[in-house]
Amino acid sequence: MRDGLGKISIIVWKDLLTEIRTKELLGGMFIFAVLTIITFNFAFDMTGTGKAASGAGAMWVAFNFAGFLGLGRSISLERDKGSFDGLLLCPVDRGTIFLGKFIGNLLFITLVEVISVPIFAALFDLDVFQPLLILALFLGTLGFAAVGTLLAVMAASTRSREVLLPVLMFPILLPVVIASVRATTLILTRQTNDLSAWLNLLGAYDVLFLAISYAVFDRVVEE
Amino acid sequence: MNVSPLESQVLASESEAAPAPRVPRVKISKLTKRYERRGVLRSIDLELYPGERVALLGANGAGKTTLLRILATLSRPTSGTVSIAGHLTHKAAQAVRAQVGVVAHQPYLYEDLTAEENLRFFARMYSVADERSRIDEILFMVGLIARRGDRVGTFSRGMQQRLAIGRAILHKPALLLLDEPDSGLDREGARALERILGYQRTTEGTVLMTTHDLRFGLSAADRVLLLENGKIVLDAPAPTLDEDELDERLSRR
Repeated sequence: MRDGLGKISIIVWKDLLTEIRTKELLGGMFIFAVLTIITFNFAFDMTGTGKAASGAGAMWVAFNFAGFLGLGRSISLERDKGSFDGLLLCPVDRGTIFLGKFIGNLLFITLVEVISVPIFAALFDLDVFQPLLILALFLGTLGFAAVGTLLAVMAASTRSREVLLPVLMFPILLPVVIASVRATTLILTRQTNDLSAWLNLLGAYDVLFLAISYAVFDRVVEE
Repeated sequence: MNVSPLESQVLASESEAAPAPRVPRVKISKLTKRYERRGVLRSIDLELYPGERVALLGANGAGKTTLLRILATLSRPTSGTVSIAGHLTHKAAQAVRAQVGVVAHQPYLYEDLTAEENLRFFARMYSVADERSRIDEILFMVGLIARRGDRVGTFSRGMQQRLAIGRAILHKPALLLLDEPDSGLDREGARALERILGYQRTTEGTVLMTTHDLRFGLSAADRVLLLENGKIVLDAPAPTLDEDELDERLSRR
């Protein structure tokens, strides 16, 4: 157990160090997220009562699309340079490698969210600094990163990976996208009566897909 | 059965004199690999022993890299079994990986990390004991001690290949798989490879290498295998083989 955690932290350290030096992922993801938020801010009518609903939608569109961009790049860079095979040769459980890559991706998407949310709050004039909203954001991002890491590895070994990744992810991610947007809308409009159902759905989805991704990763990476 | 003291003395001395049975380090039984309907490897049986240096020759597409990838547990056989250092690849892949070092066409290194950071990363992944001194030893062995703090992306192809060889032997593998290790090597790299092949022999490590350079293959190996259409058609000691004859046979394919 301790050894597994040690190996996961080494993989995360390696991904963070690489990103600090190259800035290949975070820069692109952040610009994409902020650009989407600004575009939606000018497209929607901000005076009506639908501000919170459209804001929640804009926020998740920005984060999900930035996530697609980051996930695809993070795995394909490693696949193209052959270093992913080097990782697979290491005498560790392949599930451990999945968890290392998953935590790295989760950190990158979370970092983009941490920087973009204050910009979103300022532009949409919404109170986003609520513990429940942070929980909804975390649960939505967790599910996205779990499924995304697995599917990005699958798509990275194909020629049309840029197209394939969103196509593969969309149907599987649909429950988490709907639940995230609904939960965020309810929190922003302060209607918390149905909220627990959506948060429970997000939590159940995360546990289920994290477990499935961990279990099948070995099969996905082997020829 | 009663045995006299004299007989028991003779029996004891006989048993002492009898050589220990050679236990293969690698045992491949009826190995087959198909991609869709195309058979890449066809019912291969092979044993490799500790301390052996084996050159695997064959034309492009003969199945050399596929065989090496199966031994490295990067690819799963369609049928048959592979055992390395007593561990079956399909049952104890992690234990097998701990015993195998691989040098492939790609260096399996992180270009944005330094030479030392790359080795440290892999040393930790392989749980190498006394990591710092082993990294120094490897960097010295491959002639990159002065460039330890430089990013791998700034290295020449030859230097990357040298570091890749260093990465492969970092955890003292019982089986070293070299897929065309001589390609892209500079002079210093060729010397480093020679040193490493010598080191593997002294530590009873088995080496299986593919190469297109027959002269290198015949001089570096003590046993030669020829792979044709997914089957081993020749298995002979290297000194008994004629380079020209082998070259002609390979170019006929």
